Amino acid sequence: MMLKDFEAFRLRAMREWQEMHLKPFVTVGTASCGRSVGALETLDAVKDFIAKHSVDCNVLEVGCMGLCYCEPIMGISVPGAPRVFYGKVGAEEAHEILEQHLLRGKPVAKYALGTVGDGIVDGIQNLFENPFFKKQLRRVLSRCGFVEPTNLNHYIATGGYEGFLKALSMEPTQIIEELKNSGLRGRGGAGFPTGLKWELARKSTGDEKYIVCNGAEGDIGAFMDRLIMESDPYSVIEGMTIAGLAVGAKRGYIYVRAEYELAFHVLEKAISTATQHGLLGRDILGTGLQFEVELFKAAGMYICGEETALMNSMEGQRGTPRLRPPFPTQSGLKGMPTVVNNVKTLANVPLILRNGASWFSSVGTEKSKGTVVLSLSGCVERQGVIEVPMGITLREVIYEIGGGIANGRKLKAVQTGGPLGGIIPEWMIDLTLDYETLRDVGSPLGSGGIIALDDRTCMVDVARAFAEFAKKESCGYCIPCRLGTAQIFQILDEIAKGHGKPSDVDLLVSIGEAMKVSCFCAFGQGVPNIVLATLKHFPNEYEEHIRSGRCPISCKLSEGG
Amino acid sequence: MLTIFINGEEVKAKSGRTILQVALDAGIYIPHLCYHPDLTPAGICRLCIVEVEGKGIVASCQAVVEDGMRVWTETPMVQKARQVSLELILTNHMGDCLSCPKNNECKLQEVASYIGIDEERFKQLRMLAPQFPIDDSNPFFIRDPNRCVLCGICVRTCDEIQGIGAINYAFSGFATTIATFGNKPIVESICESCGECVVRCPTGALTPKERRKPAKEVKTICTYCGVGCSIYLGVRGNEVVSVRGVKESPVNEGRLCVKGRFGYSFINSQDRLSKPLIKRDGKFVEVSWDEALDIVASEFSKYKGNMFAAIGSSRCTNEDNYVIQKFARAVMQTNNVENCARLCHAPTVTGLNIAFGTGGGTNPISDIDNASCIFVIGSNTPVAHPVVGIRIRRAKRRGATLIVADPRRIELCKHADIWLNLRPGSDVALLMGMAKVIYEQGLHDEKFIEERCENFEAFVESLKEFDLDFVEETTGVPRDRIIQAATLYATRKPSLIIYSLGITEHSHGTENVLALANLAMLTGNIGKQGAGVMPLRGQNNVQGACDMGCIPTAFPGYQPVKDDEVRKKFEEAWGCKLSGEPGLTLVEMFREALNGNVKAFYIVGMDPAYTVADASMVQEALRKAEFVVVQDIFMTGTAQFAHVVLPATSFAEKDGTFTNLERRVQLVRKAIEPIGEARPDWWITCEIARRMGAKGFDYSHPSEIMEEIARLTPSFAGISFKRLEVEGIQWPCISPEHMGTPILHVERFNTPTGKGHFSPLHYKPPAEVPDDEYPIVLTTGRSLYHFHLAMTRRVSGLMALHPEERVWINPQDAMKLGISDGDLVKVISRRGEVLTKARVTEEVAQGTAFMTFHFYEVPTNIITNPALCPIAKTPEFKVTAVRIEKANGGS
Repeated sequence: MMLKDFEAFRLRAMREWQEMHLKPFVTVGTASCGRSVGALETLDAVKDFIAKHSVDCNVLEVGCMGLCYCEPIMGISVPGAPRVFYGKVGAEEAHEILEQHLLRGKPVAKYALGTVGDGIVDGIQNLFENPFFKKQLRRVLSRCGFVEPTNLNHYIATGGYEGFLKALSMEPTQIIEELKNSGLRGRGGAGFPTGLKWELARKSTGDEKYIVCNGAEGDIGAFMDRLIMESDPYSVIEGMTIAGLAVGAKRGYIYVRAEYELAFHVLEKAISTATQHGLLGRDILGTGLQFEVELFKAAGMYICGEETALMNSMEGQRGTPRLRPPFPTQSGLKGMPTVVNNVKTLANVPLILRNGASWFSSVGTEKSKGTVVLSLSGCVERQGVIEVPMGITLREVIYEIGGGIANGRKLKAVQTGGPLGGIIPEWMIDLTLDYETLRDVGSPLGSGGIIALDDRTCMVDVARAFAEFAKKESCGYCIPCRLGTAQIFQILDEIAKGHGKPSDVDLLVSIGEAMKVSCFCAFGQGVPNIVLATLKHFPNEYEEHIRSGRCPISCKLSEGG
Repeated sequence: MLTIFINGEEVKAKSGRTILQVALDAGIYIPHLCYHPDLTPAGICRLCIVEVEGKGIVASCQAVVEDGMRVWTETPMVQKARQVSLELILTNHMGDCLSCPKNNECKLQEVASYIGIDEERFKQLRMLAPQFPIDDSNPFFIRDPNRCVLCGICVRTCDEIQGIGAINYAFSGFATTIATFGNKPIVESICESCGECVVRCPTGALTPKERRKPAKEVKTICTYCGVGCSIYLGVRGNEVVSVRGVKESPVNEGRLCVKGRFGYSFINSQDRLSKPLIKRDGKFVEVSWDEALDIVASEFSKYKGNMFAAIGSSRCTNEDNYVIQKFARAVMQTNNVENCARLCHAPTVTGLNIAFGTGGGTNPISDIDNASCIFVIGSNTPVAHPVVGIRIRRAKRRGATLIVADPRRIELCKHADIWLNLRPGSDVALLMGMAKVIYEQGLHDEKFIEERCENFEAFVESLKEFDLDFVEETTGVPRDRIIQAATLYATRKPSLIIYSLGITEHSHGTENVLALANLAMLTGNIGKQGAGVMPLRGQNNVQGACDMGCIPTAFPGYQPVKDDEVRKKFEEAWGCKLSGEPGLTLVEMFREALNGNVKAFYIVGMDPAYTVADASMVQEALRKAEFVVVQDIFMTGTAQFAHVVLPATSFAEKDGTFTNLERRVQLVRKAIEPIGEARPDWWITCEIARRMGAKGFDYSHPSEIMEEIARLTPSFAGISFKRLEVEGIQWPCISPEHMGTPILHVERFNTPTGKGHFSPLHYKPPAEVPDDEYPIVLTTGRSLYHFHLAMTRRVSGLMALHPEERVWINPQDAMKLGISDGDLVKVISRRGEVLTKARVTEEVAQGTAFMTFHFYEVPTNIITNPALCPIAKTPEFKVTAVRIEKANGGS
């Protein structure tokens, strides 16, 4: 497709999108979380039903809306009425709902989550009035669960590639200015200003430059990158293409963790489709611009989510980190200037170009602009992937979006930022979610994983679980991490099992503090955080374990309990 | 120069250095475990951390200094963090220091002593004892992973210094260990047993199996190959128990190979000849020196003149060899004096003499570091001259272009930018073909040719024969590779040619050398830093044996015997008449013995019965000769044919000098007393001479011999033991003030006209080409673990690493012949046959085979071809037509 043909293509896609709504259609969310609770069976049931009853109705496989707590999700759209989304729809429920809603036009309130589109349905609220959605501001996630992930027409009909077209008409330096003005900061965890990173890469000299999308998502409690890659892959591709244009890179890589097989396939299909339509390749839309994207399957280590270890692993070397400086923007993949950006960061880029920097920065705090995509899991009523403005409080997230703690229990603490993050005790959850605030309390935002822990959680066991992770995932390069993680785990394991010693508390602090200062990379420097946080905020639990040899919570997790 | 502040003290620093380097240079200690000055820093141990104002805590081994930087090496945070890291190491480390071989030399002890531990806290830490199996497989060193701190020094050493990366990290986290590919025992990997990792390991993880430490160390020169590495022999009692490299040596910079570092036990071997022997009734009987010397003196007196032939030793010192040729010429009145160079680099001497006026290598070994392009031809450098080989690997890593020409896919090909896989014996075609490409593309150095060379037109005329069709067909190398190699050599200057016996051991060996000289002159790649022609001389003093006149055509310093002026000078100095008639060359000596013309032999430190091509002929000749004296350190295969065997001292037991392949004369120092009744070679020859009534053989110390050499040899005029005590000198060294000559032909060549001489050449096929009866071309060469026959077979570790001979056969050929790997086979040539095992490998091309000559049990030279280069008289070891058959069962 040539540039001049794009507008016609877009209009066609939009028309198709509208026409789609003139006929009944059913959507089933078949991303990973849906599949894990039977979405494929639901899908089969839907198809069987439609065939059996010879209904003229389309069936669409869509991605994930982030309503992980009530998968599988089915949506039914009948012309003249708003679409209704249903949750926890197994094969049987599908049958019942289709019978009522599709055949008889009567939506089933019992299973309904909400409506989308014009019109009101009795007894069913608008989806976005659902408390799960009420405080969200869905920008990056706006298509997820509503479009067929690899359907390029759907993507373009809903505003896709508008950002890229704008970028085509701009100078690379202008694109970078727009990014800088937006205030977008790296959503992988480091929070480095994205515009600045691109500018540094642009200014560096090298025979080749690269854009690498970091889809390694290794954090425990983080599954939003997976959702985006599975549900709206083109947003990542478009973001990378714009980055390539701004920085002067002709080649991009998406580094996908090996366990994300579905994401890999979806991205593969999307790359192929985009290429067929001239949106990737040697001569994009006939403009002479070159940008090609290749997928790279990772091999399993958490540390390979760290950008320099990631690049080492791509080069076929051991996945251990490199010394910085030089930074990847100067010398990265194969020694060339490289931009490594997280999935969410790149997914924001097309939106910023399309709607403008000030649109992006119209929400958020002074230093942390825009929205943030979080994975909310643990003991809340409603787990899922959510998108909120920076600056929302943790309380709002847990209680209003998450629906509070399940099973009538009480919140004890919140784990943020994955294994390199920290612990926020219940009495501090009125703090605002942004980079600075969380960093200042010692529990960084990281990639956005938020795990709620209730009062049946033994904090010693939490520390032990994360210490086990740290020991397994230490790359072994530097001495204090290789041996420190093993030592910390050994001590916590003994404490958890009731064999701890009184001196162990100070010992853990000593080792943790030393590691924070001397380890080679952010992994070793970060893994002591959780231990240290639990020691600081819940010292009595440690004392109890050590003194009596028993767990005060007596939860099933503790083997000594 | 920058200024930084360390703990408030102002310290000057060179830009580009790291904080740790600057501190250590200034005498300020910062603890470190994984840092080594020879290697890139890794930042692994985190013990060298310091606090830098404005930057926080950094590893000083990796932090580059900036002007005005303020560094604090002992803040409370830094001290505490170091302590914790150290304590963690100690929870994971075997604690039996006193019984560890590294006791008192261990870097972990050093940092522990400096950093100290918090005893109370340490007691609370959990012991996380490692439980890895010990790798005992290498005969020379032990790998004990339980004493390893994973500093990575061994990995970086094998990667950056040795250039092969035989070991690396395996697994991750707490399970990390250092392993070979596939985690196999080290002896099953590509490890070359050089020991460079062992000498750098900071703990007891890598230690030599020889646990005895020396009581004293003597600085001397390695006795194995022509590289001439500088070593310390470690002596305990009267035994050599260790060898260490000399870091300051410009030749090896402290590095050694497996033979040099671990192959010393032959010195104190039980098999050493310790008493003179006389053959009576077919058996050797021990006699006294007096008896033996009297017999030799009286017998030799009967064979004065051209009935006598002396063979000097490329293993012996310059002084030993000077005395031998003086004896042959002054006392035995003949120029029949030779050395084994005839078998290897005689074509170098003749060829480079014709082209450049001096028959020696033109550049020092260190120039490998200065070359932009290195062209290695006819040399399996990492195997035959390992310490030079690793410099080539290192140069490649540095960014130099590497071109390798060899019929076999040797290890160096893996590192090469281009591999020219030419057929054995087709070198002239390849080299002249390359020259033609260079000339036609206008890449030759016109100015250099115009100003500094002669005979260019005749050379260009002869290039006509070597069009790419002909060259491609003759050599078997695809033309685009030839063009590429030629272009790179001509344009990536300075370019250095490195070659060895693959060029010289041919029936047209001199022409091969001339072809190389042509290429160098054509492109102006001669007489400059990083550009020249470097022949890799084989033996530790083969250069010296030639320099000292153990050649039939010249006195010491290549002064021709035919030259009346020269002869007059020596006649005056030695007080006798001397013959002006050039003597017989080595192979000719034995042929003449068969004819009955040569009747007596004095063979010093050589094993011709097993190292000359067509060895059966030599053995026949020795049987026929009337009186044969062999002087050596072991009962060699040749010694079996002697009438008298005289026990000589090894290099460890005498003073003297060796000259290496760079023309560097270096001092050899006596480290132990002679074994048994062995005597230095120069003493033995002098005794024989004295007992024959000769004058001028009354030296009391080798330094006096060198004084005489210096008086009579202009190129050695400035050399003396006193000067050599300080450092080696590259001849020509024309006066005591002259500093020696690292690079030859800088201003002018040494030819009569002062110009470099181009040689027109024609292609000549090898003397023996394959035919139906003998369809395979056998080429011979060396092993990394052996040096010739007698010495290394007495080192049990070397025998363990390479226990037996095998003939290398290509898999396609093997299949056709029904031969599997390990089968017993016969290798048959027109001269005889040998029985050996087969090694089926892709490293030899179809239609070719390879063998070494290191095992008496498989006397390879029985079958090799004695066709001689007409000018240099060197046999064609590299091309023999053979037939290979499966042997019919039995042993």
